[in-house]
Amino acid sequence: MVNKLDDLTRFHQAALSLRAARQEVLASNIANADTPNYKARDINFASALQNAMAGTSTELPVVKTSPQHLEGNAGGSILGAQMMYRKPIQPSADGNTVDMDVERAQFTDNALRYEASVRFVSEQMKSMMTAIQG
Amino acid sequence: MSLFNVFNVAGSGMAAQSQRLNVVASNLANADSTTSANGQPYKAKQVVFSATPVAGSGSSQGVKVASVVEDNSPMKMVYDPKHPMADAQGYVAMPNVNVVDEMVNMISASRAYQNNVDVMNTSKTLLLKTLTIGQ
Repeated sequence: MVNKLDDLTRFHQAALSLRAARQEVLASNIANADTPNYKARDINFASALQNAMAGTSTELPVVKTSPQHLEGNAGGSILGAQMMYRKPIQPSADGNTVDMDVERAQFTDNALRYEASVRFVSEQMKSMMTAIQG
Repeated sequence: MSLFNVFNVAGSGMAAQSQRLNVVASNLANADSTTSANGQPYKAKQVVFSATPVAGSGSSQGVKVASVVEDNSPMKMVYDPKHPMADAQGYVAMPNVNVVDEMVNMISASRAYQNNVDVMNTSKTLLLKTLTIGQ
């Protein structure tokens, strides 16, 4: 029974945590809209979610041939999803690649989809409660 | 929880932008200050932003004011022989504050601040919605 409940919510749990992590990345972009040389970053949500559901990571493992080698950190990743750089639409003179229109649109889109996931998981819970209580 | 980190990120953005607004206010208020504590005319100041990692998160970047630099462009020389600060030729060194630039800076800072407030509000809504899961 517990396994079934776990299966029921696994997809939305993965989706919600990825959405929340992406929300943080987009918030960083918006906060750094005036920082010289800041490069806007994002994740590929679709492939990140696919990898999360398949239980794999998009990160490439660093080969360690000696116990003295340090753990590799592949330039930033969230929840196993590789952080990528956004292609600037209108490059600015100070090297900043944050496009406020794009970031705001993505932020709102991500927030709505997060809410949708919350709603879905809530409804699933309700129907499961109905099944349990009769 | 990533969403709690959004508060730190947006908060650092708001703090940086309000410091920028503070510097703009200082520049505008001193646009006519021909002398200051060190005897020199007021020099316009600008903030320098830099991205800084936020505690508790490896990926997101907040903002901090790395330094406040003085504008080293030449002072505006105004011919006014009656002015007590006038030099031998009758010119007064006025601050190098460009009022138009400062107004643009002010609008930009206030819009960026608003954006960060919106980010914070959205994240708050999402967190509150998350708390209603299963109710």
